[in-house]
This record gives sequence, C-alpha cells and structure tokens, in this order.
Amino acid sequence: MKTILKNISWRSWRVWQRNFDVYKATWKVNFIPPLLEPLLYLLAFGFGFGNLIQNVTYEGQAVTYLKFLAPGLVASAIMNHGFFETTYASFVRMYFQKTYDAILSTPLMLEDVILGEIIWGATKALLAGSFMLVIACLWGLISWTAALMMLPIAFLAGMAFSGMGMCFTAVVKNIEMFNFPVFLLITPMFLFSSVFFPIESLPRWTQYVAQAMPLTFLVSVLRALVMGHFYQPHIIQIVGLLAIAVICTFLSIFLMKKKLLK
Amino acid sequence: MGIMKNSEENIIHAKGLSKAFGDVQAVDQIDFTVKKQSCFGFLGPNGAGKTTTIRMISCFLEPSDGVLEVLGKNVKESPRYIKERIGICPQEDNLDPDLTVENNLRVFARYFDIVGKEANLRSEELLHFMGLFSKRKATIEELSGGMKRRLIIARSLLNRPKLLVLDEPTTGLDPQSRHQIWEKLQQLKNEGTTILLTTHYMEEAARLCDQLVIMDQGKIVVEGEPKALIEQHIGSSIVEIESDQEDVEIYLKAHGLEFERNPTHFFIYGRAIMSLWPEISQKFGEKFCVLRMATLEDVFLKLTGRALRES
Repeated sequence: MKTILKNISWRSWRVWQRNFDVYKATWKVNFIPPLLEPLLYLLAFGFGFGNLIQNVTYEGQAVTYLKFLAPGLVASAIMNHGFFETTYASFVRMYFQKTYDAILSTPLMLEDVILGEIIWGATKALLAGSFMLVIACLWGLISWTAALMMLPIAFLAGMAFSGMGMCFTAVVKNIEMFNFPVFLLITPMFLFSSVFFPIESLPRWTQYVAQAMPLTFLVSVLRALVMGHFYQPHIIQIVGLLAIAVICTFLSIFLMKKKLLK
Repeated sequence: MGIMKNSEENIIHAKGLSKAFGDVQAVDQIDFTVKKQSCFGFLGPNGAGKTTTIRMISCFLEPSDGVLEVLGKNVKESPRYIKERIGICPQEDNLDPDLTVENNLRVFARYFDIVGKEANLRSEELLHFMGLFSKRKATIEELSGGMKRRLIIARSLLNRPKLLVLDEPTTGLDPQSRHQIWEKLQQLKNEGTTILLTTHYMEEAARLCDQLVIMDQGKIVVEGEPKALIEQHIGSSIVEIESDQEDVEIYLKAHGLEFERNPTHFFIYGRAIMSLWPEISQKFGEKFCVLRMATLEDVFLKLTGRALRES
C-alpha cells in the first residue's frame, strides 16, 4: 500500500496519451459504433418496445417510457465501455502486444501504467456516455443542463467500472475467462439495475441484490438529475461509486504487481 | 581513494545476487562487475538465469537476496532513477503494433519526457542511424524481423542511455541483419556506451564482449576475457575425430590427452595436440579427423556439458 502510493505519479498521464494517440489514429472505428449504439437502442425501445408501455411511474410521477429509459441507457454505456476497455482491450495490450513490458522499461512504474489504463478506461466510458447523452438531448429526452451535470458523474462511474475490470484483468489466465465477469456481473447489472424497469417491480429479495449493484447507483443518480429529483440518498450513491473507484484501483494495482513483478 | 574511483567506474555491481521463484533458485549468489565503457556478456544454456539477471538489472524484478547496484544506485531503492538512464532491448518483440515506426519512437520518447521538437529530432536521428528512415511511416507488421530488432535498438537509445542492456539481440536473424546489428553495437561501444548482452551465439560474444561470464543453473561457472578463456580452457586448437571406437579412447588415454566424447565424436584439447596431429590423422583416417581453431563455443560446451537442457 505504501509503495503503491509512493510509486503512483503524474506519469500515468503518459499512458493515457499513448492510448489517446492510438484512439485518434483509428478514430473512425472508435467513433462510429458508440454513436450508432444509442440510436439503435432508442429506435428499438422508442418505436418497438415503447409502444407497448405508455408511462412509467417514477417518484409518484408518470413519465414516458423513453424518458425513463434514456438515463439508464447512458449509464449502461458508461459501464460497458469502462469495463470492456480495462478487460479485453487492456488484456490484449498487456498479454499479446506486451505494451506494459515496453512501458516498464522507461521511468514509468507498474503503478503508473495501471492507473493510466484505468483513467483511460474512464475516458472511454465518458466518451460513450457523452455520445448517448447528445443523442438523448437531441431527441428531447434529457435537457442539456442535466447532461452537463452528468459528465463528472460519468467519469467517476467510468473509474469505478474500469477499476473493476482491471481487477479481473489482473487475475484471469486467458482472455476467454472474461466471460465469467461479463455473464455473472455485467449482464445481470444491465438487466436488473433499473435500466429498463423500476427496481420496485422485482420480487423483494431480488430488490435487495439489485440495490447493491454499482450500476443501480449510477442509474439512480443520472435519473435523479434528469427528473430533477436529486436527494441525499443520491449523494450516498455517488460516494459509493467513488469508494468503488478508489478500492478497485488500489486492489487492481496490488493484484497486478503480484502477477507481473513476482 | 582507490575504492572510490572503482565504484565510480562500475556501471553495475552485483554481490551475492539471488532470485528465487518459489522453490526454484533462478539466480544463485552471483557476483560480477561491469566497468564503464565495456561490453559485458552473459552466456549460458536456456534456463541458466541470464534473462532473470537482466530483468533484475532492468528493475523489472526485485532481487530476493544480495546487492545489485546499477549506475551507483540500489535497484530496490531507485528503480525510476535507473530506468530513466538505461536502455533495454528485450528478447521478445514488444514494439507497439498500434503505432507506426516513427510514432513508436515518439510515444516511447514521451515516457522519458522527451517531447515535441526534441522527440522528433531524436527519433529521426535514430531512424537514420539504424537505417530505418525510409520505413518511418510503415506499420510494425510490415517490418522484417531484422528491421524490428533494429527499431527496438533505436527505441532503447532514445534517452541516450549510459548502459544498454540487450537480451539476445540477434536471435532468429539472418546473417546480414546480424552483422548489421553487430556493426551498430560496435559503433555505440566506440562512442562510449556501456553494453550488457546475453546471447547464444558464441561468435557474437567473442566479437563484441570485453568480458563475459558463462552461467549455468543460476551460478556463474567462469568469468574472463573471451580470448583468455579459450586459451585457458581449450588451448589454441582442437581436434575432432569422428569415431565411436574404443581404440581411439585407449590411444588418447595412453597419450595423456584431455578429451571429451559423445556417441559420434571425440573432442581433444590441449597443447600437445599440435605435435600429435600428423599421427592422429594418419592413424584414424584424414577423412574422419579435423584440426581447427578453438572457439568460445568449445569452452561453453566443455564447461556446461553437451546434454540438452529442459526449459
């Protein structure tokens, strides 16, 4: 813990810059899918599914299904892009491309590399969330002011999900093993964290599990900002995301050091 | 006074250096010193502990025991200081496949805080030096094995290292590429860079190294200058007899010659062989006998044995 703190430095920024350079070089590939994704979701749920459900009750207030759904989709984009960047993409860099090895032969320490990767994952999450937000704003589902307030939350949540991803990257033996966290963690969160329906409609015991999911925190905070119903519990949820981000960052660095520098 | 001066001229100083991975003692209590502006070689069969030693010098792995100082600093205490001032060429290609040749250099220079114009100038200079300037826009995939090696060496020179560490720099390369790399390393050495290398090619070690050690099973078996080692352990010449007959062995023993035997050949060392050569080639057939110059490879095989290594 002490050495981790000692070795973390601003040089993490160099790792972020490396990833950003690669991102810029292949921007067409990086840009278009996350931009299309929200459109597809909104089309499917807006015109397809949305016609079956007229209104949803939120805080005793009736809202259209699309308005209910929009912040949930922003949240799941943040989770997916943050988590996938530090799992599959980081694993490829670490294991197949030996990028970490190369960086470690410079003044950077492993702590810098891992922190830089997690911040980069959070950046990708922020970008994906922003694309979704722009579409949702243009669609009239979210106000521009609410969207702006969501950006720092998006980055913070990105740190939390990227940090979680990096913990798995530090322990898996091969890339196929990521199927476990994806099917056991990411998919259940996507389905049960009130992205698509209020948690209250679940059986009671499932509600308790759903309430503890990090994605539930994020959806709840973003939805509160959209609806203008921001209360104290939401602050606790933000603190929760912050705690996950900090703990997972340290834990992943600790696990990585054990894996790579033994 | 003398000690002070010595420690200043020592680029690497290791004493009782050890590294264990669980129960496996990869490096076992080795001592060595690399002097400024010299080329120091690590030889040894696979699994001897060469790469582990290099990884400790490069601050990738912490020693489990002993002292290791690079550029006068302890590797455990000052890894960042050391890494900032040395160049590392790893055994496996770890160029960045997501970036072009020139961007590989620029991005790498940035890790050393070499940015902007300075990074461009330094990259260009090294691309010229390594004969890669015409390939600067190419992707890594488009490079041949020799070009990739040269690019890795160029990359390791970005920070003008005081010490260049090369782990098998020419493994798997064609003779042209190998000679080209030797030429460049020779040039760097002449310019005053201290070089540390591991290799499986004895010719490479004999050509480049001022001083070398042969490692086996985590220990240093022998240390010295290439020529002196050959002279000391083999002599100037060696005779090979292609034979599996007992009478050869009886003859060699009768003449008190030092030899080694494998299922198909006898290898005979020592100063006496020059005078006995005419007799030997007569007796066992000119076709089956060879007299040749002794090489470092003979020393290597004599000291580490001819058996294959599991690794």
